[in-house]
Amino acid sequence: MEGIESAAQLTAWLAVSLVTGRVLFLLIHILGVAAFAYIVAKRLVPLLRGEPDFRFDHPWLRLGRVLKYWLGQWKQPRYKLAGLLHIFIFAGFLVLAMRAFSVLIVGVSPNFVMPGLSGSAGPIYNIITDYAATIVFLCMVIAVIRRLVFKPARYAVPARYGKAHTADAIFLLSLIAILMVADSLFAAARAAAPLQAGHLVDPLAAFSLPWMLQKALASTSVATLGTIYFAAYLLHELTFYFLLCYRPFGIQFHVETSLFNIYFAKLDREILKPVRYGVSDEHLDQVKSFGVKTFEDFTWKHMLDFYSCADCGRCSDNCPANAVGRPLSPRFLTIKARDYSFQHYSILGSVNNGTALIGGKDSPGIYSEDEIWSCTTCGACEAECPLLVEYIDKIVDLRRGMIDDGNVPQSLQKPLKALESRGNPYGKMEKKKADWANAKEFQQVCRVKTLDKNNGADTLYFVDSITSYDDRMQSIGRATANILNHVGENFGILGAAERDSGHEVRRFGEETLFMALRDHNVDAIQASGVQRIVTADPHAYNALKHDYKDVPPVEHISQLIAREVKAGKIKFNPIPNENSVYAYHDPCYLGRHNQIYDDPRDVLDAIPGMNRVEMTRSRDRSFCCGGGGLMLFYEPKEDQRMGVKRVEMAVEAGANVMVTACPFCMVNIEDAIKVAGLEGKMTAIDLAELVDQQIAREAPEDDLKQIKTENNSVEVERGNSSLRKKSA
Amino acid sequence: MEILVCARRVPDTSENEIQLNRAGNDIERDELVYSINEPDNYAVEEALQIVARTGGTVTVATVGGEDDEEILRREMAMGANQGVLITDDAFSGSDGRGIATILKSFVERGHYDLVLTGVQAEDGGARVGGMLAALLDYPFASLVTSIEVLDGQKLKIAREIEGGNKEISEIDLPCVLSIQTGINEPRYVGMRGIRQVASVPIPTFGASDLGIGACAVGEAAAKVKRVDYFVPALGKGAEILRGTREENIDKVLELVAAKGGLK
Amino acid sequence: MARIFAYIVHKGGVVDDSAFELAAAARKIDPDSSPTALLTGCGPELDAACNSLSASYAEIWKISNEALAYPNAELVRKALLKVLPSNSIVLIAHEHFGIDLAPGLSIKMNATFVSDVLDIAGVDGANLKVIRQEFGGQASTHVHCDVSTGAVVTIRPGAFKPAEVTPGSSTVIDKSNEVGSLSAGRRYLETVVAEAGDVDITKYNVLVSIGRGIQEKDNVAIAQQLADALGAAVSCSRPVVDAKWMEKSRQVGSSGKTVKPKVYLACGISGSFQHLAGIKGSPFLIAINKNPKAPIFQVADVGIVDDILEFLPELTIKVRELHSIAK
Repeated sequence: MEGIESAAQLTAWLAVSLVTGRVLFLLIHILGVAAFAYIVAKRLVPLLRGEPDFRFDHPWLRLGRVLKYWLGQWKQPRYKLAGLLHIFIFAGFLVLAMRAFSVLIVGVSPNFVMPGLSGSAGPIYNIITDYAATIVFLCMVIAVIRRLVFKPARYAVPARYGKAHTADAIFLLSLIAILMVADSLFAAARAAAPLQAGHLVDPLAAFSLPWMLQKALASTSVATLGTIYFAAYLLHELTFYFLLCYRPFGIQFHVETSLFNIYFAKLDREILKPVRYGVSDEHLDQVKSFGVKTFEDFTWKHMLDFYSCADCGRCSDNCPANAVGRPLSPRFLTIKARDYSFQHYSILGSVNNGTALIGGKDSPGIYSEDEIWSCTTCGACEAECPLLVEYIDKIVDLRRGMIDDGNVPQSLQKPLKALESRGNPYGKMEKKKADWANAKEFQQVCRVKTLDKNNGADTLYFVDSITSYDDRMQSIGRATANILNHVGENFGILGAAERDSGHEVRRFGEETLFMALRDHNVDAIQASGVQRIVTADPHAYNALKHDYKDVPPVEHISQLIAREVKAGKIKFNPIPNENSVYAYHDPCYLGRHNQIYDDPRDVLDAIPGMNRVEMTRSRDRSFCCGGGGLMLFYEPKEDQRMGVKRVEMAVEAGANVMVTACPFCMVNIEDAIKVAGLEGKMTAIDLAELVDQQIAREAPEDDLKQIKTENNSVEVERGNSSLRKKSA
Repeated sequence: MEILVCARRVPDTSENEIQLNRAGNDIERDELVYSINEPDNYAVEEALQIVARTGGTVTVATVGGEDDEEILRREMAMGANQGVLITDDAFSGSDGRGIATILKSFVERGHYDLVLTGVQAEDGGARVGGMLAALLDYPFASLVTSIEVLDGQKLKIAREIEGGNKEISEIDLPCVLSIQTGINEPRYVGMRGIRQVASVPIPTFGASDLGIGACAVGEAAAKVKRVDYFVPALGKGAEILRGTREENIDKVLELVAAKGGLK
Repeated sequence: MARIFAYIVHKGGVVDDSAFELAAAARKIDPDSSPTALLTGCGPELDAACNSLSASYAEIWKISNEALAYPNAELVRKALLKVLPSNSIVLIAHEHFGIDLAPGLSIKMNATFVSDVLDIAGVDGANLKVIRQEFGGQASTHVHCDVSTGAVVTIRPGAFKPAEVTPGSSTVIDKSNEVGSLSAGRRYLETVVAEAGDVDITKYNVLVSIGRGIQEKDNVAIAQQLADALGAAVSCSRPVVDAKWMEKSRQVGSSGKTVKPKVYLACGISGSFQHLAGIKGSPFLIAINKNPKAPIFQVADVGIVDDILEFLPELTIKVRELHSIAK
């Protein structure tokens, strides 16, 4: 140690000590990078065999989304603590990335300094990175404590999915912590030596990890420091490359794939994946097999999704099917597929592909049929996932595969057959579709015309199957018609010419039947000459807006009412019962899928005397009622009904009336009220029914009598006709 | 194993409302939706499952007209190898025995190890299978709820008898079985499958192809003739309670108690 | 008029109730003559069965043969063909055995076949006029059958009121020797008895019976709650078992259990005859169904047109109230 006079000399001495390891380090670099490249190449193999997926359009839009969701970690704060932790870790990684590279290169080229950091930027950068390493280290500690002590429920692995992921998680967190320590030790040793010899050096960031380590090394001999310096470097390099090559074997692969996954994420969530990208409807009969039956039937982007899952469990935590004990957990849909690809496209072994994904008599598969049929396509999983993993398209594709193979539960075969022969799942006759409107009593109050050659209109009221045929839901139809009448809308219905919108038919995988229904409806709509469409059924709304082409613009009745209220065309009478507390339930296909949250709320709040509470899970965190369309016929294996859970949430929020804006929500909620034994304590009413009930109509005072009754039912007598409207 | 399933196209009772027509002599047929007779569909599914295990082919035949082709196509979409339409003006108006006679000639033209029919159709006749077997001198069993192939010569079958019990028998091949619903879970036939078989040719067989004389079949030969449809004058029937739900409930409880139903 | 025979099904020495219904049907076809009973079987049980018919049939033909110990329709047919005079009219009950035997028998007899007859409308020359139903009971038809070369007619169980007994002399004629040895392409192996479920519905005085109208498995609980309140059991019709909402042991009907309760609540049951065939002893039948045209209203004592999913829970509440008041 004689003769070290200046800081520079000392640094040079330290650098020299690395030289002895130069060859070793270079070797590790080469092996590490080569191994990583090989592994990534192997991981890309199944993607090359996957189906096409058109994701290369709108590059600027996609880059913008990368900025928002990747760089901006937009979805992370939905879970506050974990979100904050991750934002710190992510930021830390980005900041440390440059430092990591320079450290690696320094081992081979000792005097290397990252371009741009040679001047004054260098020390500033070093201070930032010192803190970054400290924060990341702290986050690792907190993360480990969370895993071991607090054990958040969403990380738990149900027995049927194998053993817990905790050990692997702790392993990875520890490795990152070690990386931070190695990096800090390296910096600490580098600073400690000159200081010992009495030279001034750029200070390490106060109270950062390197700073603390440097303090701890304050009295260590320079010779030992040299050894520590060397060892820290080696540890850093080994850990770095180990992590690099280990990540593609597990959930940490998301570190590499997340940017790409978000770049290539679907731009328009609501457009369902076509049967095959690049094959138009007319050419579909040339496609040999519909849907996903084997792993290679997934598109390359779906496979990338499997790689990008971070196992955070947020999707399953919000999945209503999972919450009620159905065999579906979105997280494991992804993890199982990822494990399948790792197993069948193993890095070292050969490719072993083509086995059926869904278990049957001959093969166990990775999914069960019930697992795939259990999904209500509510979209809660997709709304939650920070990596923008897509689920609905995969479920629909898997269902397409089952339908193609004739593998359909008996409970669904009947309504599907009825949809084919009668255009509605109930098998009711077409000519009865408009019976709800043509009832004599109702015709006296509100004329609803059926559009045909002689009867045209500006607006089409698309009623859809359940509202037309179900005794209870017909009242929503009448309420909607009354409202349209009140605001002077020139409207009509298609009547017998209307078929089911086919919304669920498509989402249950029966693409061909859907196209038949859609084409029929499109012809009927075009023939009617209407300029716009309004509907009270969010499923029909979603179908007409996104699944159908070449039809006039469509609106949900809540949007129309909100507009008319703001324009002053609809005025309300006050709520008669002062004890009524209302909770609005966001239907999945109105709210989460189409972002219509405020219009229904504005309408409700415009009613004088409205006492409204918000459920904890509302807006895009709304909890699915149980599903609509064909889902009403499916018999799931579950511990509880989704509707019952939802009704309990309303009770918890302090409500005694649930308002919804979807007939399927109404079916499920009214049913749940009975099953949960809450009759008398909770009622449900549709938004249109409530509005119709509360509209202040310009009838002379004596003609309008409002009698309050116990169950919130209001009898309104108007002229000679009287219509009892029940709120439940 | 070569299996023949004899099927029939009927108005689907769950998707139709059966009503008398204005004239009062037939049911209103204008807006009826038709499909394959449900027990026949179970028979085809059973046949498909058997050949999946033993190899062979499944042929589905129907006696009727052009309109009846749609059920043949549907069963072919389901997986049947061949659909056959047996049609001739001379056949119209045949009674059960006439149909069985026609089918007998068809069966004798081919080599079928097993002939299946549904246990009954919409008219509740439950006859063609048994008649066909007797005409062919094949052994017969009705109300079959399970089939096990023992070897190329015989089957082990279960029949549905009273009390939910099952009668197990052995039956020699070739034989005729009438299949009861619930024997299996028929696979789904989607629109796409039907479209894919839309242009597959369906061979037809007429009276001369089968060597059937006109005197043996058709209206003239029929010994059983349905004369009309009617709705019977409603007998006393139930006393319908017409009060409010609460009143009805009270009345029900009163009656149940009176009849010794309340503890 | 040709000679009328009635093939009688029996078990354990006891004839089926349909034996007396067939006698009534025979008398309606030909009021002037007495039908002949036909029984096959073996041993003392066959004799006991024959003797029990003495008040209803003047002549009873007995065919005793070891091969016929278990009623195998294929063998029975061969036996009957040996003894039946040509142009006979044979009546058989339309249940699982009749369905098995009758069509083939008609062919071998070269006789006309008509099944599931509800009533006899008369005889017009060579034509026997009968009434049948189609479309699951939604429509009735008049059917004319040319019986000049004989007929095999299956009669719906329960459609005819049992004939009044006329005690008088009756002869049992043993036809066993005319039959010879019997063999067939179908051989009986064994009977597998239905699994006893957790609940034996045949032992209950009150049954809450559900049909397709219950709509889904979860709603079965609604019926169970009512049954619990009444101290009754839940039974069902065939569609409920086919849909796997309840076990087979709960099914009432011709292919299920036969019950004899005091009170039978038919909830959301349309009233197919296969189901009604399982209800004996004329219980007080209350039918609740959304469809005012459901055939069940024809046979019920009291009917309510309402939605069972709403009616039953309210009924349950009332029953519970009654019980708590009583305490």
